[in-house]
Amino acid sequence: MTAPSTVALPASRRRGSPRQRARRVRMIQYAVLLLAVLAVLLTADWHGIGQAFFRADMIAETLPGLPRAILNTLIYTFGAFAFGLVAGTVLALMRLSQVAAYRWLATAYVEFFRGLPALIVLIAFSLIALVLPGFRIPGGEVGTVWLGLGIVSSAYLSETVRAGILAVPKGQVEAARSLGMSAGEATRKIVLPQAFRIILPPMTNELILLVKDSSLVYVLGLVPGQYELTKFGRDLANSQSNLTPLVACGLCYLIITIPLTILVKRLEANAAKAR
Amino acid sequence: MSTVRETTTEPTTEAPPVEIRGLHKSFGELEVLKGIDTTVQRGEVVCVIGPSGSGKSTLLRCVNLLEQPTSGQVFIDGEDITDPDCDIDHVRARLGMVFQQFNLFPHLSALENCMLAQRTVLKRSAQEARATAQANLDKVGLGDRGDSHPAKLSGGQQQRVAIARALSMDPELMLFDEPTSALDPELVGDVLAVMRQLATEGMTMMVVTHEMAFAREVADRVIFMDGGVIVEEGPPAQVIGAPQHERTRTFLQRVLDPTNTRAGAEDAAHAARHADEEG
Repeated sequence: MTAPSTVALPASRRRGSPRQRARRVRMIQYAVLLLAVLAVLLTADWHGIGQAFFRADMIAETLPGLPRAILNTLIYTFGAFAFGLVAGTVLALMRLSQVAAYRWLATAYVEFFRGLPALIVLIAFSLIALVLPGFRIPGGEVGTVWLGLGIVSSAYLSETVRAGILAVPKGQVEAARSLGMSAGEATRKIVLPQAFRIILPPMTNELILLVKDSSLVYVLGLVPGQYELTKFGRDLANSQSNLTPLVACGLCYLIITIPLTILVKRLEANAAKAR
Repeated sequence: MSTVRETTTEPTTEAPPVEIRGLHKSFGELEVLKGIDTTVQRGEVVCVIGPSGSGKSTLLRCVNLLEQPTSGQVFIDGEDITDPDCDIDHVRARLGMVFQQFNLFPHLSALENCMLAQRTVLKRSAQEARATAQANLDKVGLGDRGDSHPAKLSGGQQQRVAIARALSMDPELMLFDEPTSALDPELVGDVLAVMRQLATEGMTMMVVTHEMAFAREVADRVIFMDGGVIVEEGPPAQVIGAPQHERTRTFLQRVLDPTNTRAGAEDAAHAARHADEEG
């Protein structure tokens, strides 16, 4: 009702110029934010929060075990990533194969393991020794982690690698083949090196996801020396009835993932420049 | 001055480098080549001209089997490469191909571009491959750019590296698929100069081109194609100078204004090739 009449009002009756009005809106937004922060600062139980999440003695308790836990997280992550990358590349090549059966197999595999929770796959691998007596995954628990997480990540990575292969111009293969290189040589020497350069940023994103997924290995019944960050922090938090160890471990994930995120940004910027 | 090349499987009477018999090629419903017969003799420079969509690039790509002919035969040194038993990789190693879009390997330096296939296909030592690559880069006037990656080179330089890459395999036949069509006009000359030099050295060449001045000057024989067939072929003076067929005349009139000087003709040719860029 009032909106049309406002338009009709002479400029002098409106409350200031558009710029002044925008400034007023901004000031209101700052004021709301300030009030909210003040409310939190004044009402929060800072002592309680400090006691629950950031106790100095608990941090001291956690620190000695952290290097081992970080190392285990990295071992699980990079092992699974290496497996996933190799298997993912093979799967990508299978999905692009001339042989229909390879395409079907790879598609079924990718859809299957992409659709399942990683946790289910890991649980299945943890129980495999019970189900199939005498069957042992090489490498013990570490091998099981690499295989379980690697299989899941290979399904994702194969799609990334496939996109990279398809992004290499057709003329590259034609040039290689016209020089007498076989299809396999052209793939290995020309297509894959370029494909991996193209997918470096998305591949690093997959790695970041895998760092976090490595927390799922707690279902494998590891012994303390094999604990990664989450299991280590959780056990300590449990026994001490305090969340500080878990907070410390959580921050350690950020120490791993944030540099990777920065790396992805750099790679993407470089790729954009090269284009 | 074509050197005598070692021929392992050849009969004693030397077969022509390229012989094409009854070549047909269809893409789905579209018949692009409707029966091509021609022969390229050793040391001969053949320019293939014609309007876009006439099938000239497809013809060239059938010669090294980048396109699989629908029917007909292509003989390279007497060997039927359309025969399923033919080892096409082995044949391709003797055929140099230069593309419109250069197709250099962007992840390798100019020198590595020229070395890779020597190493993997010809199994040459790194030392020999490097020396051959360097010699061919010198030949195309880019001996000092061996360490540069393709992205750091101009279009004309990239195309010259692509020629050096093909020459590094010591080919007995060079195929050029519109080698100057993707180049800025001022860069065309350097590439044509390299090709002219190759021709005078006796290289057997098949060149799909819109450069009428080049064809007139360098070609031993010009093939005019239209609608998937060879309409007319013969010495450039005849096909370009005094075309017998109406279709040839119409095409040439569109590409060259006969009252113009050669420079004007090249401008017209340039305009024509930008008009039919879709390949």
